[in-house]
Amino acid sequence: MIAEMGQLALLLALGVALVQGSVPIVGAARNRAAWMSLARPAAQTQCLLVVLSFACLTASFVQNDFSVLYVAQNSNSALPLAYRVAAVWGGHEGSLLLWILMLSGWTVAVANFSRHLPAPFIARILGVMGWISVGFLLFTLITSNPFERLLPAAADGRDLNPLLQDPGMVIHPPMLYMGYVGFSVAFAFAIAALIGGNLDATWARWTRPWTTAAWCFLTIGIALGSWWAYYELGWGGWWFWDPVENSSFMPWLVGTALIHSLAVTEKRGAFKAWTVLLAIMAFSLSLLGTFLVRSGVLTSVHAFATDPRRGLFILALLVVAIGGSLALYAWRAPKVGVGSRFELVSRESMLLGNNVMLVVAMGTVLLGTLYPLVLDALGLGKISVGPPYFDNVFVPIMTPIIFLMGVAPLARWRETALPDLARRLRWAAGLTVIAALLTGWLAGRISPLATLGFGMAWWIVFSLATDLLERLRPAEGRSVGARVRMVPRAMVGMMVAHLGIATFAFGVSMVNTFGIERDLKMKPGDRTEMAGYVFTYRGVRDVQGPNYIAAQGLVEVTRDGRAVATMKPEKRVYRVQQNPMTEAAIDTGFTRDLYVSLGEAVEGGAWIVRVYFKPFVVWIWGGCVLMALGGALAASDRRYRGARREATTGAGMARATAGAS
Amino acid sequence: MKPRQKRLAIAGGLLVSVAAIAALVMNAFQSNMVFFYSPTQVLANEAPANRTFRIGGLVQQGTVKRDGLVVNFVVTDTAKTVAVRYQGILPDLFQEGKGVVAQGQLRDDGIFVAREVLAKHDENYMPPEAAEALKRAQQTNHKIANTVAPGAAP
Repeated sequence: MIAEMGQLALLLALGVALVQGSVPIVGAARNRAAWMSLARPAAQTQCLLVVLSFACLTASFVQNDFSVLYVAQNSNSALPLAYRVAAVWGGHEGSLLLWILMLSGWTVAVANFSRHLPAPFIARILGVMGWISVGFLLFTLITSNPFERLLPAAADGRDLNPLLQDPGMVIHPPMLYMGYVGFSVAFAFAIAALIGGNLDATWARWTRPWTTAAWCFLTIGIALGSWWAYYELGWGGWWFWDPVENSSFMPWLVGTALIHSLAVTEKRGAFKAWTVLLAIMAFSLSLLGTFLVRSGVLTSVHAFATDPRRGLFILALLVVAIGGSLALYAWRAPKVGVGSRFELVSRESMLLGNNVMLVVAMGTVLLGTLYPLVLDALGLGKISVGPPYFDNVFVPIMTPIIFLMGVAPLARWRETALPDLARRLRWAAGLTVIAALLTGWLAGRISPLATLGFGMAWWIVFSLATDLLERLRPAEGRSVGARVRMVPRAMVGMMVAHLGIATFAFGVSMVNTFGIERDLKMKPGDRTEMAGYVFTYRGVRDVQGPNYIAAQGLVEVTRDGRAVATMKPEKRVYRVQQNPMTEAAIDTGFTRDLYVSLGEAVEGGAWIVRVYFKPFVVWIWGGCVLMALGGALAASDRRYRGARREATTGAGMARATAGAS
Repeated sequence: MKPRQKRLAIAGGLLVSVAAIAALVMNAFQSNMVFFYSPTQVLANEAPANRTFRIGGLVQQGTVKRDGLVVNFVVTDTAKTVAVRYQGILPDLFQEGKGVVAQGQLRDDGIFVAREVLAKHDENYMPPEAAEALKRAQQTNHKIANTVAPGAAP
């Protein structure tokens, strides 16, 4: 019964979404207040129904109802409760339902927190989001119904893929989807503004916190996926340029461009058409990401579902969404206007430069991800494009981006003098060179690539410091404390996020250049030494887990004769799926990770063991956390909240702009 | 600067940087593209020498031999076979009789030295390359059967 209730709720949600997508938009066109006011209750009702449906699926999992096909495919009675709940989004059907749940959640959030927006505008926004929901509900109901019955019921389920039985994997998809789906808000704002023709600074101010929030979730989602790959896949890499990773990275790159472009649109009224295009691109790439991951076209961990019907449906959805919005853009964008003018050297031009570079970076990822698929689809042979391509391309693209990242916050809006900028940044530039060389020297070896990476990190740090010092320099009799309080929260957010990039660049340079990886054959008592740590292999014993059996190795680590860590890497075999799985042992530290994983048993009680030394690897994810934190700070800036301060913020903004320049 | 000069400067700068980036990307793309060949193609000398490529198929039963860190095994597309040598740890789901993809170079003595071995990620999933190799081999087998014994074919 529960499954049928879930399906019924989903059908009803589709009906409500159709109403939400049509009536308010027509109402906005004909200026009927009653029709427009239907948007909000429709969004709330739809959300309620989707939540009900999701709860039904969750209940089926919790109760081990193996007469539901999806439950039988992705769960097992021996699976711990927490993973039975997480298994709801462990497969294709459930993750789509999660997508819809997120969408309806974002829609209700927009409906509730945007009461100060003009009625036609909010009606159009919720209408557009209604249509997105219609698309995904149809997709779910027609091609991937999670409530399909299996008669007769299975005796037990096929279990959740062991790779997914992990806390990181439990929260990775929801975070990633929060980001993906969050860009639908920016998209809906952009489409609504294109329809209504009210693309202006106020529009940008309304859009900014939503976009930044979505970007934060996406950042965390990607970081979680990377972290999971690092500790779960058993070979210690943190990014593989796998098509699935790429498809989450592309919306991130465009989303990053979008939040910066929105800043310019808000402060200066410039880049309007470009901003709208970026919003459309960010969401289109999120859809493309869903398509790539869920249609089974990729050679990848995530391609669990293979069903051409689904692929065709998503493709159609993509064509309608992207084609439709681009057509609307081509029709309406010329009316938008270019906004206020700016000089060749100005903060606008630098932000534009970085925007273009970020989109170019996205383009190179897109090329490397889609080209092999296109060749394959056309029957022109199978190729693959590996990490070396992306590595070779990304360093030269990221270098100017990071250079401009340091300069732009110090440049004035509209026009800035180069000599003045150079003078203000000379200390930062000098310190950067010294610090980069010093870091390499301290780490043991000065390599060109690592020095470039350290240089990027230090450049961000020192230029941020310069910016901060200029802002805090006592002036007009105000104390430093007063000046600190005057720095807007959004500015602090920007600084924290940029510091996150620096942290990330530092971690990447350290791991890539000074990391040590070694595969060894070890007998009990064998030892190996790396970076001052001595790893002693003590042997392997059998252990029992709740739903697996494992061979557990014991490796003792000492440094200068003192015990540092006792590491227990495992080789597990899960009882239901009978797949072996490597569970690495990691000793995490602030400046280094020690990483040990088991390969396979060889003759004489020896094992092939993989031992890694990873300096500063946690800084990679720490940097992502800082970025997301900075985004959260910026999104929660007071001036985005409410219309009450509308008049005063205008003046305050002018002052902030003057202060910033 | 006059507006006209400014426009020229912007356009020129954009053009140069776009050209530079395009050249960079194309070059990186060309030199890092990895082609895929089935064992049948490798034995027909279609695969390039001194260049990295991928082969795929099934790990032949009873051929996996480990000697310390080095592993030797045979990849088959059911028609032809290629011997593969790999040093290091194999992926968890590498098994005899299952699909596999290896990336590396062909030595003069016909042994494929793999630098990377990829296996399927779950029990129902076959790497597309491996599936492709098997499909091609089946088609070839079918053709051979037709030519050798034309009367037997329908």
